[in-house]
Amino acid sequence: MKSEVVKATLWGLLVTIGLAALVIIGSRNLSHFDAALVAYTFSILFATFGLTYRYSMWLQRPPTATYWKRGWQVFFKQGYRRLNFGNWFKWVTADIALNRFIWSRDILRGLAHGLIMWGCALAVTITFPLVFGWLHFETLPNNLEYYRTIVFGFPTFSFPVDSFIGFLLFHGLVWASFLVIAGVMLAMRRRMRDEGAAALQLFGEDILPLVLLFAISLTGLMLTASYTWMKGYAYDFLAILHAITVIFTFLWLPFGKFFHIFQRPAQIGVRFYKDIGQREEAAHCRRCGQPFTSRMHVEDLILVEQALGYHYEINNDTEHYQWICPPCRRAMFALAQGRLWQGQRGGIALDSDGHPSTPTPQFVNPAPGEGPLGKEDAQNFHP
Amino acid sequence: MPTPIGKTFFIDPGRCIGCQACVQACSECDTHKGQSMIQLDFIDQLNSPQTVPVVCMHCTSPTCAEVCPADAIKVTDDGVVQTARKPRCIACNNCVLACPFGVPKMHTKMNLMMKCDMCYDRTSVDLKPMCASVCPSQALFYGTWAELEELRPRSRPVNSFQFGGQLIQTRVNMMIPSASLVEHIDVTAAMFEPTVGHDIFADILLDNINQEEPL
Repeated sequence: MKSEVVKATLWGLLVTIGLAALVIIGSRNLSHFDAALVAYTFSILFATFGLTYRYSMWLQRPPTATYWKRGWQVFFKQGYRRLNFGNWFKWVTADIALNRFIWSRDILRGLAHGLIMWGCALAVTITFPLVFGWLHFETLPNNLEYYRTIVFGFPTFSFPVDSFIGFLLFHGLVWASFLVIAGVMLAMRRRMRDEGAAALQLFGEDILPLVLLFAISLTGLMLTASYTWMKGYAYDFLAILHAITVIFTFLWLPFGKFFHIFQRPAQIGVRFYKDIGQREEAAHCRRCGQPFTSRMHVEDLILVEQALGYHYEINNDTEHYQWICPPCRRAMFALAQGRLWQGQRGGIALDSDGHPSTPTPQFVNPAPGEGPLGKEDAQNFHP
Repeated sequence: MPTPIGKTFFIDPGRCIGCQACVQACSECDTHKGQSMIQLDFIDQLNSPQTVPVVCMHCTSPTCAEVCPADAIKVTDDGVVQTARKPRCIACNNCVLACPFGVPKMHTKMNLMMKCDMCYDRTSVDLKPMCASVCPSQALFYGTWAELEELRPRSRPVNSFQFGGQLIQTRVNMMIPSASLVEHIDVTAAMFEPTVGHDIFADILLDNINQEEPL
């Protein structure tokens, strides 16, 4: 067995066993564990193993490993710690909580994602502690009209059973399903109408997650409808149907699109890497001399490419192709073709006196949407 | 939806007239609406009007996808290297800096790399990519080998490029003279080459002036 597989398996087992131990501790030796939810618990434990395994394998890929290591290094780098802690709050709020980058991609897409994300977050916050026996409610011994919330075995706040707070709390999953269903509807509408999305989407990757979220929300709502208005009609069947949809989603969690939930925080690490890189030494193109990215990024990419088996080394002062900026690469692409056509299309070398002998490329149309796609893009391409 | 078998993209920067039709048409593509993925550069504006349009070359072993830490760049079964998958891209810029042809663009505000995906919404239903459908000089050509051979008897396509010690094979072809014996185009060998252009006076005007008028 390969060493990365062994490492990932061990990490998977460690985290899964850790979670199982927390279930036992948090439910006070399973005394508060609801046996009816045992299938949910085991599906989550399986998903935990699968997610940790995949995450560990992912982190061992050369580019991910480099970014992971450098991300932490620059985060704790002396002289930048205060700045980094401030930026951490700023970026986690903007990127993770508010999804601002998704709103920039498309307003309806941002709305759909926000609804689904917050609906799922709310549902997970309620159901996971319930399933693990970390959360339960007890009536107060001296007042049966009040519920006390017990979290991880510790008593916390109390509230009247027949109160607005009680109504909100006990229907938390109903509110979550409303958010998710609205988000799924918007997302599905885009996937059915947008020709660009239609060309690229895959059923397993893009449609199935929406179908699963919709199925979970709908069967969950049907349970509420059954016991609230229909005297528990078909409740057992609905409970099994709901469990099947939820458990299938958990089991599929490590393999499909939902893995992006666990990948996405890497975006924050990338932000630190780029921010600190920009404050430090720049890489200068060894053809045109212009700065185009951070020196750290070029040096890291050289190591990554070597680890992947690429041989972009050049036997002259340039040393490695990675030291050439993107516009110069495009210019060289055309010049290489021009050399071959020289003399056949009536071509001659244009190398007049007084002008630089190395042709310096420039965007024909640097307008927004036609040239660089933003400030960082412009820096990459030094217009 | 795979692209039709037998249709290939051919690029010939030497034919580009810099009209920007490809740039404008590209931004009409449904997969990246409003943003042009064509990289159209002047090579040496002081000396020459030469322009080069660069589209994704769809490498068989795409460096951009390999260096992606988020595994966001996927290759379709028919060999089209797609733009970054939106849920995965973390905007690290690795692909932008690693692409040997300088193709991908970074939309920082969207946290998204964007690049030419050979108009997959069109090519997968047997339509030409936007750029190739509007290019007046056919510097960007999409069609069959038979069509190309008929149209360009003096040229032949090559899809192998040398970057230092690395040889990269691509799905998109570059046109070189049919008389040329090279098996691959050595890009890094042209690093400090001057621009190649036409000496108009020598080639066209003077030849015509010296030519005797037919009786």
